[in-house]
Amino acid sequence: MPDTMPDPKYAYPPMAERRVIGKTPTRVDGPQKATGKAKYSSDYWHKDLLFAVLIGSPIAHGRIKSIDSSAAKATPGVTAVYEVAKAGDEIQWCGAELFAVAAEREEVARDAVRKVKIDWEIMDHLVQEADLKAAGKRAKAAGEQVTGDPDQAFQDSGVVVSEGHYAIPVITHCCLEPHGCVIQWDGDSINYWPSTQSLSGIAADLGNLLKFPPDKINADQQHIGGGFGSKFSADRWAVVCANLSKSSGGKPVKLFLDRNVELMIAGNRPSDYANIKVAAKQDGTLVAWQSQSWSTGGIGGGGMPPIPYVFTEIPNKRMNHTAVAVNAGPSRAWRAPNHPQAAYLTYSALEDLAAKLKMDPVDLFRKNLGLTPKLLRDIYANQLDKASELMDWKKKWHQRGDSGPGPVVKGLGLAMSTWGGAGHNSKCQTTIFPDGNVVIELGTQDLGTGTRTIINQVAAETLGLPMARVTVKIGSNKYPVSGGSGGSTTVGGVSASTRKSTVNALDKLFEAVAPSLNVSPDQLVAVDQRIQVKGNAAKSLTWQQACSKLGVNKISELGEHDSRKPDGLTTGQVGGVQMAEVSVDLEIGRVKMVKYVGVHDVGLVINPRLSDSQVNGAVIMGICGALTEERVMDSQTGRMLNADMEFYKLAGIGDIGEIVSHMDIRKVNDDRGVIGLGEPCVIGVIAAIGNAVANAIGVRVPQVPLVPRRVLAAIERRNA
Amino acid sequence: MTKPPDSPPARKTKTAFSRRGFIKGASLAGGALSTGILETPAEAAKAAGNAVGPSAVSISLRINGKQVPVTVEPRTTLLDAMRNQLNLTGAKRVCDRGTCGACTVIVDGKAVYACTTLAIDAQGKNIETIEGFTSETKMHPVSAAFVNHDGQQCGYCTPGFVVAAKNFLDRHPNPTYEDVEKGLGGNLCRCGTYVGVRAAVLEAAKNMKGGSHA
Repeated sequence: MPDTMPDPKYAYPPMAERRVIGKTPTRVDGPQKATGKAKYSSDYWHKDLLFAVLIGSPIAHGRIKSIDSSAAKATPGVTAVYEVAKAGDEIQWCGAELFAVAAEREEVARDAVRKVKIDWEIMDHLVQEADLKAAGKRAKAAGEQVTGDPDQAFQDSGVVVSEGHYAIPVITHCCLEPHGCVIQWDGDSINYWPSTQSLSGIAADLGNLLKFPPDKINADQQHIGGGFGSKFSADRWAVVCANLSKSSGGKPVKLFLDRNVELMIAGNRPSDYANIKVAAKQDGTLVAWQSQSWSTGGIGGGGMPPIPYVFTEIPNKRMNHTAVAVNAGPSRAWRAPNHPQAAYLTYSALEDLAAKLKMDPVDLFRKNLGLTPKLLRDIYANQLDKASELMDWKKKWHQRGDSGPGPVVKGLGLAMSTWGGAGHNSKCQTTIFPDGNVVIELGTQDLGTGTRTIINQVAAETLGLPMARVTVKIGSNKYPVSGGSGGSTTVGGVSASTRKSTVNALDKLFEAVAPSLNVSPDQLVAVDQRIQVKGNAAKSLTWQQACSKLGVNKISELGEHDSRKPDGLTTGQVGGVQMAEVSVDLEIGRVKMVKYVGVHDVGLVINPRLSDSQVNGAVIMGICGALTEERVMDSQTGRMLNADMEFYKLAGIGDIGEIVSHMDIRKVNDDRGVIGLGEPCVIGVIAAIGNAVANAIGVRVPQVPLVPRRVLAAIERRNA
Repeated sequence: MTKPPDSPPARKTKTAFSRRGFIKGASLAGGALSTGILETPAEAAKAAGNAVGPSAVSISLRINGKQVPVTVEPRTTLLDAMRNQLNLTGAKRVCDRGTCGACTVIVDGKAVYACTTLAIDAQGKNIETIEGFTSETKMHPVSAAFVNHDGQQCGYCTPGFVVAAKNFLDRHPNPTYEDVEKGLGGNLCRCGTYVGVRAAVLEAAKNMKGGSHA
């Protein structure tokens, strides 16, 4: 029993009565972005602006014997030098921050950083984790987990056993706006223009790093050019930037990472490698799972995949995981941390098993829904049906490799997902002015998911106003605290706080207006820019007239969503089913996307246009991971070989095929309140595409991305 | 023996400074570019003539119909000149190596990557940026279509896409779906907005028919 029961007065209006929520207005900051007017922190400009360049380590592992930046400092035009690394420091990965220079012109800073002299003691490095045996002491076992009796289960007569090796590499976030900031440290206060997913938390983070009072730090960010989990903290470069500003007489300093440094140090997703054995009865009932997996997330190891994924209740299991420490930039949260890898490992193994059983994997998955979380079983059953229908799966599916002579063959694959996605803590302030203006303020951020737009929709819905009559202000830490945008928690949190805050403010307006309509406040409703008596449209005031009753006083009301106190406005735990159709050219090994279907339930959908964009975007991001994208490390030098966007490959507009997004919008889901979508829709993509390729070419390509050389090597093995 | 680089192809420009002049000056001064372009002081002195640089000098660029002064070094890109000096920040610096298209501008009617165009090479040319497309009251039909079809999320690649799309449609007013995929292959997005972009460009093509949106 929750300690507070949901208050029905805050409940979202019933589906049929909504006028703004659930509709598809275009994003409110769309015109700003599409005309180049949107100012990101990296676009900050001022006539006194100084430009900083940060240099990352060229050495993967070494100790700094000495560092001398005097020549850099003496360069005309240089205003400050900041040494991050000191003599005696051990540097653990290429790209690690060494020092930075601020200058009046960027070119001057670039010349000056080259003058810093460092003497190194080079140390041994390891940058590859694919070969676990070669990792030696760098490998740390996490301990074995056993359920039931897997040894016996694999030996039981009549079970079919499938074994395979699967690999998914480290990929980087590659946000288009690099990590960085502009900082002006002017005496007693700091003005800070970050690029962050956590606007309300970033000042405290920087204050903590600088030992500076956070309430004297003004953080402002109106737009952010991508984060995907990598932009939660102020980071070392903000400390560098702040100190450069301080040493430059308090002028603003811009420090954004160069692309190569960005790709080396500003976040990545851990790899996963696994040898997996899985067994089922002849009818497809899963009975046993065994996995030996390893991964790296940089020098700290990290990245344990939750496998078996979704089918967590397989009765007999043995899991071993090993973390490998490598000399490469540390991992950060990456859109649905560990889930895409877990999905890839699990569904690759299950698809291989289905192929061995000569079973349609949809049937195998359906057969075993009893092994998935109880709350999700019906949801998955529905979603499997819907996705199959949208993909025309039954008509298109064929047994593995039974795809005709080629040279271009087609195949289908699927994957499932689960995620939490309940709203985070959020506060919202609604102010209604006597002139009828409404201002909504939250210390949140819009990562491009449409946060501004959905806040605007919720407020307009409550107040009975068109969206354009509501001003939404976000992106500053002077507004009420709202959580960081991670884990698909934003939409639930800000919708709930906005709903409560607007309801509270409207209640006050009703109180002010009720006497002039000769009713009690609880008899009033806000519709169509009017405050009217329930069921009596004739007895009403326009919004303008109603607000004028406030005299000289404004209404300013807070609304708060506390994630520990269920309020019915947001909940978590969702499922998803995704299906991929690919074509593969057997002669050149090229995989092309034909069609992709994503079916998701995310509770109450505030804006289906934006939710479709989330799914489309996640699918495309997954296509990158499946077909083009990986960090390539060089064993000899310890460097990342493709720390640029030429060879760190993202899919282009011609690489994506048809994408169908389906939101499971039904009352049964709507009743669960608002649930986030950012993570769920990215989880299954790599797995589904990998399975579709295996289905097309008749053999598993064990490692993604499925670049031609890997596809051709697998076909060769098949033919051997 | 390294020979001096050939002069750039002759072009009709009345501007004061050329790349060659900058390089000569750089070599003479023995500064950042003293990597043996001209080997001996005598050679350098002969070639120098009335060269300028390597330090920054003032030039003028014609951007969105206006001549604007900027102070650049020979190596300064058009992108950095716009972003660092002119507060024209619609074009973004993302890859900085001519791969992603986020910095796309139109120079003499052609879409180019501003990150791999030198500012001095843009002298005397007609430079159009996204800031020039939009009046205070009306969005360009390409921008409007990007909004209508949600061809944007974080929006950092969007200005580059809009500029590339406008230039593409100016040259290909009746594109097919496949044409759009080929024509906009020089722009990358990380949020994955291509579905909206495809639809937006096709709609913009329709809306621009017979209009005067050049």
